[in-house]
Amino acid sequence: MSASTPFGQSMHEAAASLRLPGSGLAWLDAARAEALRAFAERGLPDQRNELWKYTSLRALAQRAYAAGDNQAADRVVGMASLPLPAIGNQCVVFVNGVYRADLSNLNRLADGVSAGSLASGLRESPEPLRFLLDKRADDDDDGFTLLNRALAADGLVLRVAAGVNVAEPLHVVHVGVAAEAASALHVRSLIELGEGARLDVVEHHVGDAGAGHLLNLVRDVNVHARAHLGWTVIQRACADATVLRCSRVRLHDEASLGFHALELGGKLVRHEIRAELSGARARFESRGAFVLHDRQHADMEVLVTHRGRDTFSNAVWRGVASDRARGVVHGRILVQPGADGADGSFYNKNLLLSTSAEIDTRPALEIYADEVKANHGATVGQLDENVLFYLRSRGVPLEVARRILVRAFCAVTLDGIEPATLREYCDGLLAEQLPEVAA
Amino acid sequence: MLKIENLHARIGAKEILKGLSLEVKPGEVHAIMGPNGAGKSTLGNVLAGRPGYEVTQGSVTFDGKNLLELEPEARAAAGVFLAFQYPVEIPGVNNTYFLRAALNAQHKVRGEQELDSMQFLKLVREKVKAMGMTPELLNRAVNEGFSGGEKKRNEVLQMALLEPRLAILDETDSGLDIDALKQVAAGVNALRAPQRAFLVITHYQRLLDYIVPDFVHVLADGRIVESGDAQLARELEAHGYAWVRERESAEASA
Repeated sequence: MSASTPFGQSMHEAAASLRLPGSGLAWLDAARAEALRAFAERGLPDQRNELWKYTSLRALAQRAYAAGDNQAADRVVGMASLPLPAIGNQCVVFVNGVYRADLSNLNRLADGVSAGSLASGLRESPEPLRFLLDKRADDDDDGFTLLNRALAADGLVLRVAAGVNVAEPLHVVHVGVAAEAASALHVRSLIELGEGARLDVVEHHVGDAGAGHLLNLVRDVNVHARAHLGWTVIQRACADATVLRCSRVRLHDEASLGFHALELGGKLVRHEIRAELSGARARFESRGAFVLHDRQHADMEVLVTHRGRDTFSNAVWRGVASDRARGVVHGRILVQPGADGADGSFYNKNLLLSTSAEIDTRPALEIYADEVKANHGATVGQLDENVLFYLRSRGVPLEVARRILVRAFCAVTLDGIEPATLREYCDGLLAEQLPEVAA
Repeated sequence: MLKIENLHARIGAKEILKGLSLEVKPGEVHAIMGPNGAGKSTLGNVLAGRPGYEVTQGSVTFDGKNLLELEPEARAAAGVFLAFQYPVEIPGVNNTYFLRAALNAQHKVRGEQELDSMQFLKLVREKVKAMGMTPELLNRAVNEGFSGGEKKRNEVLQMALLEPRLAILDETDSGLDIDALKQVAAGVNALRAPQRAFLVITHYQRLLDYIVPDFVHVLADGRIVESGDAQLARELEAHGYAWVRERESAEASA
């Protein structure tokens, strides 16, 4: 799709007007300029792109977004919505894409853990961030990744030193606050765990009504040998929000990632997870669900590449769509030459609660190694009439019966969320969402 | 309590019930027997309100109310209970949670106090014990991986918990060995009460050795063709359903 759309023009205007942190650094200026040029050439991804096949950006292309929110540092945030009752109070808060030290709380951060803002990192000590930002466009970079490289103004830089076991989960909150104009918020983050480190991150998206921003979040997640990352995403952005995320995960020898996602909010939502199991015996387990209503659109792209020997991946995803909502699930397992003994599986079940809802699911396997175990399965169905009648015949009203069954359908994706209080909290959020969906 | 008059019902274009009439009073146990395809299960499903069945003629009143215009959940709250021939499995829904949701939904409709989880657990544990079930079944998903006997016992447990006024047992004996059959029958007998009626649908007389009915009706081709007391069931066992048909045609020609 051409970059000369209202959207593309607003991005070029942003590039001309913004004074980004670290500007003046030759390598950074060059990388940003090159990314912007590449975006001008490639434009937004269109539906010929296999990874965007069922997600149309035609409406988005006609919208102009403001260049970030220049008052993000001063926006008043309803603090009541921020803490998660289920975990401790260690948190990093971003408001309209900008790190807010005044709202964050890192007073119990363990030795060997650093969590800070990309913007201040670039101002104070840019060289350690060069590996992250000094990149040239490659084939995998779509228009949003390129825009992020050209325009990212802030983000989270989270590092855990080798051998450090962080007991308390870290809460990373992205808050959307209504502003004078809907803004494009390009956020660039890094999570890096040194050898043998352990960390749990809870990523939380919340928003006020009317915060119809575009969040374009790109992050690199590097989990070094024998380290373990627990990562739970709770996405409850406001009904006008566009939430686009691309996560590039690299798992080294015997590293593991336990990923959970509960996608409830937003208007146009996408998460592309590219997990590279590059080390021997690396493990990636993902569980996720989206529960959509109205005209929500959610696209989950789970792209797993096995490179190391005896690597393991397992994915269990559930999708629920009612009204005129649209869901997309794409699970791809690619086993590269040399990844002998890999074991990968991807299972996705979906539930349509209205005749106007639609879910497209595509599991895909590509295998170029020996002694590989690979499984996949995908279904799209409706609630079982016999089961509904069984519940009703016991006195459970139809709408409650539907909710019970939808909740049960998604419950498997909450398995393994730690701590248990967080899993119960997620189950509660799911239950709260159901009156909207299974009315 | 229950009055069925000239009931005609069909699934799609196929008429199954063809003028069935039956009256059940509180405290009575009625057995409905008959050959396969006679409409026994259809009767149970129509009374419980299963979607897909269309009543084309006749009426069903329950405590003076038109039962047929109530949603299935409203019939349950009014006191109608159907023990399924094939209880469904509900993965992901905990049995205790399900039972409490059902009981409290009924209490809510009737304006009765809802039970909190502690009160409910106490109640359900008593019932489980009385049914001779393993308490562990309460922690599993509804009927998931239950044996045939466990599923049927779970149906009777639900009945014991929900305390319906009219309990319809649809082939509750099918697939049970003799020990399970006795346990299920004992569970049902324990619930017999002056204000509660039973409609026991069965293909075989065996169950009626343990749940002794006040009345036995033979259903054939969508209508009740013969009624009697418990003795009728034993005669049917001895002579088979063909015997009823012969008697019927003999009467018709007389």
